[in-house]
Amino acid sequence: MIKIEDYIPIVGQSIIDDLKLIAERLRGKIIQHINSTAVGGGVAEILNRMVPLLQQLGVETRWDVIKGGAQFFEVTKKFHNALHGGPVELTKRDFEIFLETGQYNVEDLDTRGDIVFVHDPQPILLVKKKKENKWIWRCHVDVSEPNEEVWNFLVEYIIRYDSAVFSAPDFSRKLPIRQFLIAPSIDPLGDKNKELPQETIDSVFEKYQIPKNKPIITQISRFDRLKDPVGVLEAYREVRKYIDCHLVLAGGGASDDPEGAAVYAEVKEKAKGDKNVHILLLPQNDIEINALQRGSTVIVQKSLREGFGLTVAEGLWKAKPVVASNVGGIPLQIKHKYSGLLCHSVQGAAFAIKQLLNSPAYAKKLGENGREHIRNNFLITRHLRDYMLLFLSTYHKEDLVYL
Amino acid sequence: MSALTKAREPFRFSTRLHLSELTGLRAASLGELCRLIKEVPGSCIYHHTHRFLQQHQFFSPEPPNDFAYWVTGALGENELGERLASIDTMQFSRIHDLREAIAAAIEDYLRGNPSSGIKTARPGEDFYFIKSVSFVMPTRYVACDLGDFIEILRKITIDSIYFHIFEARLRLERKTNDFSNWIEDSLGDKELAGELAALDPYTRTLEDLRQAIILMAEKRIFSP
Repeated sequence: MIKIEDYIPIVGQSIIDDLKLIAERLRGKIIQHINSTAVGGGVAEILNRMVPLLQQLGVETRWDVIKGGAQFFEVTKKFHNALHGGPVELTKRDFEIFLETGQYNVEDLDTRGDIVFVHDPQPILLVKKKKENKWIWRCHVDVSEPNEEVWNFLVEYIIRYDSAVFSAPDFSRKLPIRQFLIAPSIDPLGDKNKELPQETIDSVFEKYQIPKNKPIITQISRFDRLKDPVGVLEAYREVRKYIDCHLVLAGGGASDDPEGAAVYAEVKEKAKGDKNVHILLLPQNDIEINALQRGSTVIVQKSLREGFGLTVAEGLWKAKPVVASNVGGIPLQIKHKYSGLLCHSVQGAAFAIKQLLNSPAYAKKLGENGREHIRNNFLITRHLRDYMLLFLSTYHKEDLVYL
Repeated sequence: MSALTKAREPFRFSTRLHLSELTGLRAASLGELCRLIKEVPGSCIYHHTHRFLQQHQFFSPEPPNDFAYWVTGALGENELGERLASIDTMQFSRIHDLREAIAAAIEDYLRGNPSSGIKTARPGEDFYFIKSVSFVMPTRYVACDLGDFIEILRKITIDSIYFHIFEARLRLERKTNDFSNWIEDSLGDKELAGELAALDPYTRTLEDLRQAIILMAEKRIFSP
């Protein structure tokens, strides 16, 4: 098991000392995380790492997952797309299903934490159980231009929480409760981001029959329309007119995402006949994702909407040059032309990829700057610190708190 | 002054950690920006003039405040961006005065360039007002002389340096930084205290600042 001290060589002793200082202030409090899936997707990934570390720091932490059937997750996927502003048809029955499953969980789940930390809309109804304890709603979704019907439905519950947390400033809305800005993070010691021997990287490329004799452009993402895999394919085709290269589109699925298979099939169909395009539906295998990122020449994240876009941080942590859309939390991770290149279109993405492939020294510098930016701002140690401060903030209303 | 001089009072290092609180307030034009700069809490002005120091510890690609960055990047107002970036934060010992200076620079610019007042940022590129919520905690580090002080400076977090240099001076409205205060009052070394107080911390990264303070203190020990 990874120990909190294992992070000292990466971030320094004093950062870990600070975490212990804050944790002391939370002694005696029970923190309860609640989300909708134990595996797959960014939230489960972060909680899987964070919960044991909080426990090691002496913060009593538990993690519960709500129950829901296929119908419920189809509705919550629609909600997710609607919050991202996508075109979605919602029926009266959809809202009923959401309320029915929500009520089932209200009755089924024990919420006795001193601080109940609810992630995303799926478990949002649980706030009906709020008593004297503190409740925080964590929104991992880009809600900068949400479908108003869904937002207005959810906001009735959001305002019953003590605080809400968003990943980027433009996700915040005028609300009568406190709102905090906390970016998510990556774990530099997790399988997805730890250092790998060259043989491991090579074996993964061999396994998926991706030759390493040409530059490799890679997007790692769930097969989701909002990640725009088709747009990446189009950008690659623009690049390919001038530079011989491979494209890797790789990702897994999450148990709360029923749409993935259809998007995968569509992308596969569009790429048919091009031997340099490798479309990989990966099982949950973080080492393989890590190896694919490390073996790539350029990492792409051409999302149309993004909760945060942690694959950008993953690529930058590996000191890779990254081309990514200027959406959601991505501009917090990339300062254009300093720690990566931002784009707004297929043509922009293609131009940026060509620039990086033709200027390896520039690409290297962007990757190196990116790694330091991630070290300072987007590692799990910073995230632990912010969450512990957030928990403390529920007991202090002032702007300057002496502990 | 000897490096072995024991301080009358030891220096207790604190650290300051901050959480960013969203206000839900946003500006799309210079007029809105100026109006909100005058209205938002001081902790907002503090956040937008100091955030960059912590986010870019090794090299800063941005001008030294968010207002300058936004008017340049989102509105294309390079001249105003330069004016805002060059506001000498060191001159101010109160957030109130810094706020006034920023608002006055924008108003002055708008008087000379009325057409700039009608420009708006593209959708999604508004300026979002955020405030810093600070948590101040004592650390286990205590310096009894200049030697201890240097040793501790080498290993404490930049958050601790940040607290004693920036937060103490501007947000807590102390006249100078905590290090200079202690060196003058407890070690009796007015000259070193003055040298430290004269450092402009806004034109360096925090790592550079740490090194600069260590060098000054070391020089004092080895060439008293």
